[in-house]
Amino acid sequence: MATKASRSAARIMIAPAVILLLGWMLVPLIMTLWFSFRTYLPLRGGDQGWTGFDNYVRFVSSSSFWPSIMTTLTIVVSVLVITVVLGILLAMLLDQPMWGQGVVRILVIAPFFVMPTVSALVWKNMFMDPTNGLFAHLWRFFGADPISWMSDAAMPSIIMIVSWQWLPFATLILLTAIQSLDGEQLEASEMDGAPLLKRFYYIILPHLGRAITIVILIQTIFLLAVFAEILVTTGGAFGTRTLSYLIFQRVLESQNIGLGSAGGVYAIILANIVAIFLMRIVGKNLDN
Amino acid sequence: MGQITLEKVTKSFGDVNVIPPLDLQINEGEFVVFVGPSGCGKSTLLRLIAGLEDVTSGAIKIDGTDATNLPPAKRGLAMVFQSYALYPHMSVRKNIAFPLKMAKMDPAEQERRVNYAAKVLNLTDYIDRRPGQLSGGQRQRVAIGRAIVREPSAFLFDEPLSNLDASLRVNMRLEISELHNSLATTMIYVTHDQVEAMTMADKIVVLRAGNIEQVGSPLELYRNPRNTFVAGFIGSPNMNLFSGAAAAEHGAATIGIRPEHMDLSTETGTWKGVVGVAEHLGSDTFLHIHETGLAEMVTVRASGEFAVKHGDTVYLTPQADKLHKFDKDGLKIA
Ligand SMILES: Nc1ncnc2c1ncn2[C@@H]1O[C@H](COP(=O)(O)OP(=O)(O)OP(=O)(O)O)[C@@H](O)[C@H]1O
Ligand SMILES: [Mg+2]
Repeated sequence: MATKASRSAARIMIAPAVILLLGWMLVPLIMTLWFSFRTYLPLRGGDQGWTGFDNYVRFVSSSSFWPSIMTTLTIVVSVLVITVVLGILLAMLLDQPMWGQGVVRILVIAPFFVMPTVSALVWKNMFMDPTNGLFAHLWRFFGADPISWMSDAAMPSIIMIVSWQWLPFATLILLTAIQSLDGEQLEASEMDGAPLLKRFYYIILPHLGRAITIVILIQTIFLLAVFAEILVTTGGAFGTRTLSYLIFQRVLESQNIGLGSAGGVYAIILANIVAIFLMRIVGKNLDN
Repeated sequence: MGQITLEKVTKSFGDVNVIPPLDLQINEGEFVVFVGPSGCGKSTLLRLIAGLEDVTSGAIKIDGTDATNLPPAKRGLAMVFQSYALYPHMSVRKNIAFPLKMAKMDPAEQERRVNYAAKVLNLTDYIDRRPGQLSGGQRQRVAIGRAIVREPSAFLFDEPLSNLDASLRVNMRLEISELHNSLATTMIYVTHDQVEAMTMADKIVVLRAGNIEQVGSPLELYRNPRNTFVAGFIGSPNMNLFSGAAAAEHGAATIGIRPEHMDLSTETGTWKGVVGVAEHLGSDTFLHIHETGLAEMVTVRASGEFAVKHGDTVYLTPQADKLHKFDKDGLKIA
């Protein structure tokens, strides 16, 4: 990219990609904004013109709004904590030389390739079913009463399912980071008198800082929009209605596109608040 | 403090036996250099002493007590790694203070020792930088600083200068030698550069395939190599080794003569040859002599003024008392 000619050539060549991506983002965004200011009830008269900020006011004043935000944040934070902590432990375990390493690594990554809908259904029906699930049998084996997971422990169940989905991603990224740690650094710290836990705290953890940041940022983007797992398990009942699920209900169950679009705009705002917050806390890890 | 004894130490990686039974005595305050070709087990031996590898059999004693199964941190040794192994996310100060912090030393004493080390090693101006912002030589000094603050009973160096450029290497060589003089602590130093070995060592240990070929002071090794391997390895340029008729004349299977121990003449001499490449180093000139019938090429030292050019015929005469004779197993004939 040294010369002027090559620079403008580069610009022309990346232009299609940039324009496509911009369109991809801008068209839905503008449509959402557009509909959020209109009364649009597909089954009850269709598009009925401008309403100003009515949809926004109605969306926030609904009694489900704040609980849905709390639910969303609870899921995001819990899954992040679980996947990062377990991911670090698993990555360190997988980094050890052991028999059948290749197979074990593939097995650990496998859950990531299972569709969210499928994995949630498998969890719901095969593990968590109160009469026939594996957990129910386990509980009975120890003489306890089976938990009816989907109703009595709905949030923990969802968090468990989503964590199981995302743990492989965290493990994979952290494993590659651990593998890039210079072995001599660990040996040096060992000679410097740092026992195992201190080696972890002073050498491994700082080395993983950047990878952890990336895991947190990428996962947050996807976790804010968790949907399929809720749809096929609790259907938003028992306090598992996230913001994205609430929007889904407004649009499809209440058939109110204007109201749902206003919710969508709130979701964008929430995502940005979370992003700014995260960049403040962990973003500095990305600089050198 | 700082006496290290290896007794019948062996090391195998799986089926591969890297160190056959090996005995070695390192005395207090000595500067010992392990030297040998690549892959001969120098690093392995150092790591065994450090405790970073377990011995397969045998015993390691430090200051008379058995340290064979002690973890590295308990051996009281400090190591400087080839890649420096600095902690990239810590400042120079924190890097140097790390071993003290791990030993839970009083912060005021930590501060004092770190400042002292920084002063000795000329690091005061960089003390708050990260390793990534330092040059190779500065990083090397930080690694040495991290080793000296612990006041270990011995230092272990694994090719510490191999990543530095030639002039810096000469400087650091002097600095390490000076450090040894002022601290008077045992140092074990691994290198495959025989100039480093000759200039720094009190005692050189020449290794080949895990075996100790010879142990001795630099001059002992230079004057009295025990076998052809040591003879060819120590000294720069290498000793000329001839076998065949020229050796048989002296009743040996192989004879060796150093480039600096032959007299040159354009008129008469024992061996006749043709001048090839001349390497002018200023004070000395090393001539490559061909077509002698002794070996492919013979290296000889000429004084800077000895004027010959490519293709000239010259005569070589070995100094009789400097001629080394070896038997058919390569061992020196007394
Ligand atoms: N972890 C290991 N597993 C198997 N073999 C090893 C291991 N470490 C070293 N070796 C072997 O042991 C021998 C000695 O290695 P070592 O690193 O001690 O050589 P070295 O003398 O330090 O060489 P260099 O000058 O290139 O650093 C080599 O043949 C090497 O292949
Ligand atoms: Mg080595």
